[in-house]
Amino acid sequence: MPFNLLVLACLTYAALLFAIAFAAERHMQGGAARWLRSPLVYTLSLSIYCTAWTFYGAVGYAARSGLEFATIYLGPTLVFVGWWWVLRKLVRIGRRQRVTSIADMISSRYGKSNLLGVIVTLISVVAATPYIALQLQSVTLSFGVFAAAGAYGWAMPDTNSTALWVAVGLALFTILFGTRNLDANEQHTGIVTAIAVEAVVKLVALLAVGIYVVWVLADGPLDIFERINASALADWQLLPSRWTGLIFLSAAAVLTLPRMFQVLVVECSDERNLATASWAFPLYLAAMSVFVVPIAVVGLQMLPAGANPDLFVLTLPLSQGQGGLAMLAFLGGFSSATSMVIVASIALSTMVSNHIVMPLWLSLRPTREVTGDVRRLVLHARRFSIAGVLGLGYLYYSLSGGSAALAAIGLISFAGVAQMLPAMLGAIFWRGATRVGATAGLCIGFGIWAYTLFLPSFGPGGVYPLTMFMEGPFGIGWLRPQALFGVAGMDPLIHALFWSLSLNTVVFTLGSLLSFPTPVERVQGLAFVNVFDTDRGETLAWEAGQVEPEELLKLAQKILGDEPALIFFEQAAAAQGTVGYLPDPTPEFLDVLERKLAGAVGAAAAHAMIAELAGRARVTVADLMRVADETAQIMEYSGQLEAQRAEMERTARQLREANEKLTQLSIQKDAFLSQISHELRTPMTSIRAFSEILMEGDVPPDMASRQARIIHDEAIRLTRLLDDLLDLSVLENGTVQLDLRLASLNELIDRALRAAAQTRPDRVFMVWRDLPSEALFLRTDPDRLSQVFINLVSNSRKYCDAAKPELRINVKQRGARVIVDFIDNGSGIPKDKQQIIFEKFARLSDQTRAGGAGLGLAICREIMANLGGTIAYLPAQGGAAFRVTLPLRLEKHPFADAA
Amino acid sequence: MRRRSPVFLARRAYRLRRLRDAARLLPLAGAFLLLLPILWAPAPQATRDTAWDGIYIFAIWGLLILAAALLAQGLTAGDEGAGPDPEGDAADARRVGRR
Repeated sequence: MPFNLLVLACLTYAALLFAIAFAAERHMQGGAARWLRSPLVYTLSLSIYCTAWTFYGAVGYAARSGLEFATIYLGPTLVFVGWWWVLRKLVRIGRRQRVTSIADMISSRYGKSNLLGVIVTLISVVAATPYIALQLQSVTLSFGVFAAAGAYGWAMPDTNSTALWVAVGLALFTILFGTRNLDANEQHTGIVTAIAVEAVVKLVALLAVGIYVVWVLADGPLDIFERINASALADWQLLPSRWTGLIFLSAAAVLTLPRMFQVLVVECSDERNLATASWAFPLYLAAMSVFVVPIAVVGLQMLPAGANPDLFVLTLPLSQGQGGLAMLAFLGGFSSATSMVIVASIALSTMVSNHIVMPLWLSLRPTREVTGDVRRLVLHARRFSIAGVLGLGYLYYSLSGGSAALAAIGLISFAGVAQMLPAMLGAIFWRGATRVGATAGLCIGFGIWAYTLFLPSFGPGGVYPLTMFMEGPFGIGWLRPQALFGVAGMDPLIHALFWSLSLNTVVFTLGSLLSFPTPVERVQGLAFVNVFDTDRGETLAWEAGQVEPEELLKLAQKILGDEPALIFFEQAAAAQGTVGYLPDPTPEFLDVLERKLAGAVGAAAAHAMIAELAGRARVTVADLMRVADETAQIMEYSGQLEAQRAEMERTARQLREANEKLTQLSIQKDAFLSQISHELRTPMTSIRAFSEILMEGDVPPDMASRQARIIHDEAIRLTRLLDDLLDLSVLENGTVQLDLRLASLNELIDRALRAAAQTRPDRVFMVWRDLPSEALFLRTDPDRLSQVFINLVSNSRKYCDAAKPELRINVKQRGARVIVDFIDNGSGIPKDKQQIIFEKFARLSDQTRAGGAGLGLAICREIMANLGGTIAYLPAQGGAAFRVTLPLRLEKHPFADAA
Repeated sequence: MRRRSPVFLARRAYRLRRLRDAARLLPLAGAFLLLLPILWAPAPQATRDTAWDGIYIFAIWGLLILAAALLAQGLTAGDEGAGPDPEGDAADARRVGRR
């Protein structure tokens, strides 16, 4: 096959995946497509465990070491079959604590320690490097096989630059795919769906090759049976240490690999999916492995002696002239490599941005306030780290020469991530595990792994000189990298695994036993270990009332985005029994908000950000008492009291608010009466005075006409006031006749801006609009609606006190509702006044300056109620901001039902 | 003092608990069976039996999958009463997003 066709096929395939991911995300936003979160998709997405290493390497592994290849899949099988032990708990903790990565989980458990987050991130990145190199190598090798088969078309560049191009392509693809938006809970539905499709492709491809080998090249299973026993494969020796060690290693790796953690825990949308995966994923693994030995055996017999067994899956069909099958196999291998690289780099980039970049940024920025667009910063950090991770993979590939067998490289990576196992299991099963122990264990384990396995993997003369292997560093014999403490003759991998993990565990245990945990650690330890017993996860009490909710809203908007943050705050306010967008900053609310932010930027960073606004988190005596089991009963009782108290507090708050409003209303009623008499008297007085002058006669005609005009003007003012009052009462009674028709929102806003230009025409206003978003046709009463718009725009012209006044008009469509925001850059409305601006005669500043009677917003509110919508004040937008929400299609009068 | 639970259980609840016990024991049994080949590893090389080894391993594999599938069915059916995470924030957020 020509090389250029091959490249074209890869690009087409990638474009197809992109389309699938995009379509899945669209579906998900529509709220439909439950199957996207079904057990099937979940199980298939887990198949990123089977990378190109499985796809190509398993056959090579079988050809070299017989049945030993199966250990890599037997370990995960045991872990999944035993899901009731570990996985169930991991997933529950992950969901309860909104964990974003394995580093996040470990740092969160050990007292939200950022140091641990950094260590785990570093281990993960370093350990993933060989693995990514492995994927690059296998894709490059498979390109090589095809390119060698056909001499026409483009000439294939040399392997090193092919690997470079593959790395660049994968980085671009992942960045486009994985960092388009910052998800509040770090779930990537689109990618998971695409990965599931790739899982099907690689399974079908491997099964197709296997079936072809067994039933076409050989004469069915019996023939294969005999060929196996006749082949060189039958000479393999089961080494007990390797057999046991590798089953254990792969079981550990499936729990600790960052990419497995990503699909297993972070992307898990429903815990019940795990029950299905507990048998379906082992089934997938068995299906991937069942034809490995037959392919290896037949490959060894039919292909020339020097052929690379890692590529039998490709070369067997090619040697028989089965181009189509080989192409399918190639796409299967390509799928395996791409899906692994995509998920791994997303998982790693999340870790790097949350545990290294965010904390650095938090400590380096000069001011205390969170400024600038944090979302963009996070996204950039992720993009750069994706590129960085792939760059490291490429570097490893070119340094290690890309020559070692695939299986060996993969196992190095496994042993690296397995170092997280003690800290992880301790985190979820042992309340006594502490940060000191976990840090020390991880460092020791990682150090020994690097010294005995990772650095030697570059080969003699790579990092270590040859003498180092033979005589140890500085001639110290018992420090030889592959014979630590004089234990020679062990398999290097098992040697490294044994020493690193056993010392890791010992140090972790001793460190935990000898150190004393901080209160935060103890609370988190309880929340993790007893996740099934406690109703609420953590209760890390924040001090109440130290923080302005507006500040919190600003912070949340920077991280979650404007709209989701507003929705979240509105909901929280509703739960507290208040209306509007600003809930009281109760400890519970801060806690929920912290977990929400943790979903986007990680636990440690979210904790730090809120701590800066709200002051230090306080671990109350009550929390520690809850930690102590003996007092659990007392706590349960006081918990009930607490709940009652909260209920009473909520009721009291509602009463207080109602009372406040009533008092204000009563004041307003008085004000209304005096206001209305005042408003009526002023024009009346001048009308009376001037008409008296006119009655007296002998006034010069020009003066008479001037006085008549004053009388006329005043009469008009009176009429307008009475009109407004009448209008308001009609609107309030709901007896208004609406003239419903289709109207263009764009034109309505145009009209409002034109009409409002008459108010204070001396002021030059900058108006920001997004015309495409305004291209909506509403079914509503256009005259009434534009009355609202005119009022809002002219209010802003009147009251905006900025030197260079600006007005932003944002239009959004949310399902069947349209949201129009009017936001200016003035000083806004003070918080205590936000409640009353929609009341009648509510004028904020001096009474006369504005010239109106203070009925405008009251009328607006009534109009919007009649149009089936609402108008509300939006806090924390950097100025006065009003949000008008109305239905896209108003079918009938909203009060018609009531009538 | 821990939360009080009855000493004896109704039949259904009893079965459910034993089902969970079985789910916990399954990986241990699996590990034992998969490590068995170590015992016959240094077998005499006169007869070549790699294929048989393979069949043994895949048979155990299949049995584990089958047992896990049966157990999973029982466990999820028993779990239904407890329901999914009652105060899952994620679920709330999704509901809001859809509004």
